[in-house]
Amino acid sequence: MIEGISIYEILSLSSILFFIGIYGFFTRENLIMVLMSIELILNAAAVNFVVINTYLYPDFLQGAIFSIFIIALAAAETALAIAIIINLYKLVTSVEVKDTEVMKY
Amino acid sequence: MERILFYIIAAIMIVFALATVTSRKVLRAVMYLLFVLIGVSGIYFLIDYSFLGAIQIVVYGGGVIVLFIFSVLLIHHVELELEVTPLKKKIIAGLLSAAGLGITLWAIITYPFKAVNTSQPIEVSEIGNKLLSYGDGGFILPFEVISVLLLAVMIGAIVIAKGKKLGKGVSRKEAGAQNEN
Repeated sequence: MIEGISIYEILSLSSILFFIGIYGFFTRENLIMVLMSIELILNAAAVNFVVINTYLYPDFLQGAIFSIFIIALAAAETALAIAIIINLYKLVTSVEVKDTEVMKY
Repeated sequence: MERILFYIIAAIMIVFALATVTSRKVLRAVMYLLFVLIGVSGIYFLIDYSFLGAIQIVVYGGGVIVLFIFSVLLIHHVELELEVTPLKKKIIAGLLSAAGLGITLWAIITYPFKAVNTSQPIEVSEIGNKLLSYGDGGFILPFEVISVLLLAVMIGAIVIAKGKKLGKGVSRKEAGAQNEN
């Protein structure tokens, strides 16, 4: 835990990050920017896991370990999504959300 | 001291997160995202979980951001600006996320968390033991599942990114058949 910082402040910070990510997810029209908003959301979730683990249950390690899994999943998801986006760009020469009507060919 | 550091990191993270979702230049948005991710790793260091902080810097600062930069450079020109989002959409999305944030903050602030006042750093050796333990509370199964998933993602990303370009004489069906081979 951090000296002088309560759990409320860190949870508020991570929820602000989460909803900034949600805002970007709604407003962005470019697939790469949508993916970056998802990264923001996943990071906020990982911070929540670690913070709740260390502040409320310091004797256990579940939250700490699940945040490692979240990071691994986020990296895997990013690599796969960028492969799909590059392939889609080869097919329709655009990465805007409105142009990607055909994902199956 | 740590309190001031936390507030500085929090301010940097919020400002750069807002810049990430509003910047119109793609490459700059990626750099702003890098600042946010390093801020997250700073939070991990402050909580005395140095292992995850290091992992965060290695995986995000070294891997994911480089992947984003490569894809942006493959797809866009460096100076290309994104389309402006319609104002109506911005307002609706802003209102929705502000409402969600309000509800979440209200729920957090009114809930009486029973915080424990003992501070103990999370050791790497404990995490390693937990990840490979078969006993109660061991994480050997998710660990193996994640490793299989990473292998599948690696193969899948190679196969998908290798897809054939649609030429003039190649119809979509044929390109699909070529991809399957």
